Amino acid sequence: MTAPEKTAAEGSSLVVRDVGKAFRAADGSAVPVLERLSLTVAAGEMASLVGPSGCGKSTLLRLIAGLDAPTAGEVRLGAAAITGPGAERGLVFQDPNLFPWLTVRGNIQAGLVARGVLNRRRHEVEEFMALVGLEAFAGAYPHQLSGGMAQRAALARALINHPKVLLLDEPLGSLDAFTRMRMQDEVLGLWRARGTTMLLVTHDIDEAVYMSDRIFLLTPRPCRVERVLEVALPRPRQRNGPGFLRLRAEILEMLHFAGKGTA
Amino acid sequence: MTERPNGRAPLSSNVVAERPAAAAGSEATPPAPGGAAVSGALAAAALAALTVLVVHLLLPNGQTPQPAWTDALAPWLRPYPAALEAMFGAAVLLAALQGAWRPLRPWALHYAPLAAGTVVAFGAWDLITLKFGWMTLPFFPGPGAVLAALVEDRALLFESTWHSLLLLLTGYAVGVTAGLVSGVLIGWFTRVRYWGMPILRVVGPLPATALIPLVMTLSSQAFVSAAALIGFAVWFPMTMLTASGIANVRISYLDVARTLGAGRLYLIFRVALPSALPNIFLGLFMGLGASFLTLIAAESVGVPAGLGWYLTWQQNFVEYAKMDASILIMALFFSTLMTLLFAVRDRVLRWQKGVIKW
Repeated sequence: MTAPEKTAAEGSSLVVRDVGKAFRAADGSAVPVLERLSLTVAAGEMASLVGPSGCGKSTLLRLIAGLDAPTAGEVRLGAAAITGPGAERGLVFQDPNLFPWLTVRGNIQAGLVARGVLNRRRHEVEEFMALVGLEAFAGAYPHQLSGGMAQRAALARALINHPKVLLLDEPLGSLDAFTRMRMQDEVLGLWRARGTTMLLVTHDIDEAVYMSDRIFLLTPRPCRVERVLEVALPRPRQRNGPGFLRLRAEILEMLHFAGKGTA
Repeated sequence: MTERPNGRAPLSSNVVAERPAAAAGSEATPPAPGGAAVSGALAAAALAALTVLVVHLLLPNGQTPQPAWTDALAPWLRPYPAALEAMFGAAVLLAALQGAWRPLRPWALHYAPLAAGTVVAFGAWDLITLKFGWMTLPFFPGPGAVLAALVEDRALLFESTWHSLLLLLTGYAVGVTAGLVSGVLIGWFTRVRYWGMPILRVVGPLPATALIPLVMTLSSQAFVSAAALIGFAVWFPMTMLTASGIANVRISYLDVARTLGAGRLYLIFRVALPSALPNIFLGLFMGLGASFLTLIAAESVGVPAGLGWYLTWQQNFVEYAKMDASILIMALFFSTLMTLLFAVRDRVLRWQKGVIKW
């Protein structure tokens, strides 16, 4: 593993341009979920998508992952248009979705098996198990893991393919508050160590402020980017520092959740 | 293999500490049974064997038994009394050994009541047939006559069992293979499903036994025809359950695999197929049951060998003890195959939570 070169990284920024996605309702009419949505995530950046639930954040991630095709606009990674799923774009869901019939080791090496490179890169399996601290559980089955451990295994499974972009769809959403904060630091550690571009969908404003370089605030359906916030706070961030709390209040205000009495 | 309630692999204490709720039920090992409890259970088994033996030897027969080869033997040396004596001896021997060899205790405590119950059931059978005549001869021979018939015809019964086993395994293997292939195709490819499902819906529910007259003309070799028939009986449940398992694979597993760079072969054989395994095992069990039925039916009418053939052949001679003996063998034979399949399932599906013990 080599640290990504600055120049190479710049060539692989994620570009979403004027993307629209409509689903067909039961009565046959088209329901727009995304409309003329544009955003750019620079290579190596940690960005997050925050918006009301059901507004289409997950749909956007599926378009970027290539699992669905947009009805309008285009998604590019660097110069290449995205036409289908690929190993250079990893995706981690809220449910870890570990394959229950495989052990932790089997799950983490699944990407290598799927691409037929296991024999050449078998040594990396140990490395990635160590990266997420699961060496001792290599032979355990998913139903024997706690929620946090399962999500760490899911992260390692996505990272072993050395994706240029890691898409995180509320990956910590089902964890308890303490595990969640610890996992936020772990994800940040992986991000720093590997220089992977990350795009995080979250409902948790604290999580967005704590983790992101930039926050995309999204409108309700049909979903568009309403505001882009730079989080200029130095890392590691203080969860109760004045800058943190100010930004948090600002976002709540923008989402109309501030309530009375707040500036 | 260590005995665990749900066949889980041992966990490090670390995980247990992290999720006590999930672990509590499965981690408690029962305390080792005390010597007195084990002795008591074994004494009950010995006493049951002794009582049933004494009743068999001393209580006068209510009906005159049919002549048998065992008439030349002393009463206590005949197969059924000998079996009871062996049971009594085994219980006494185990009671003596369990003090010195403790690993024997849980095993003895588990099986002693079952052995006692079995002996009592045989005793009841003896009473209501031979002794009291509530069920009359020659249609309902007692355990003594059936065990005597079993010993007398052991060579032919063994050969019949062996032939049945060969035929069953051949037909089952054909049916399972065909069912897996058609199940995967129908479950995965919508176009195959379009054409396959109507065929399956019309042909599948046909009882294989209805086809016996037709299938027996397939080949001049009855073995080939019967194997094809058994294969057909197994094929339908295998196909249905494999197809439904494949078609119902969680979409998110497929999505994850695709983002990991998986191609179609990986999606079918490394995602859909393993996720369908619980269903596939249901099909294997249903297919095994169907194969027993078809095997005995085919052997009864067309195949000149096997347990089904033996049963109908003895019927012609009104040899009810021998018929009962072959039914006893069938029960043990089929139960053993079922147990083997359960063992395979427990091994293959050890990743699953809470599988039912056989």
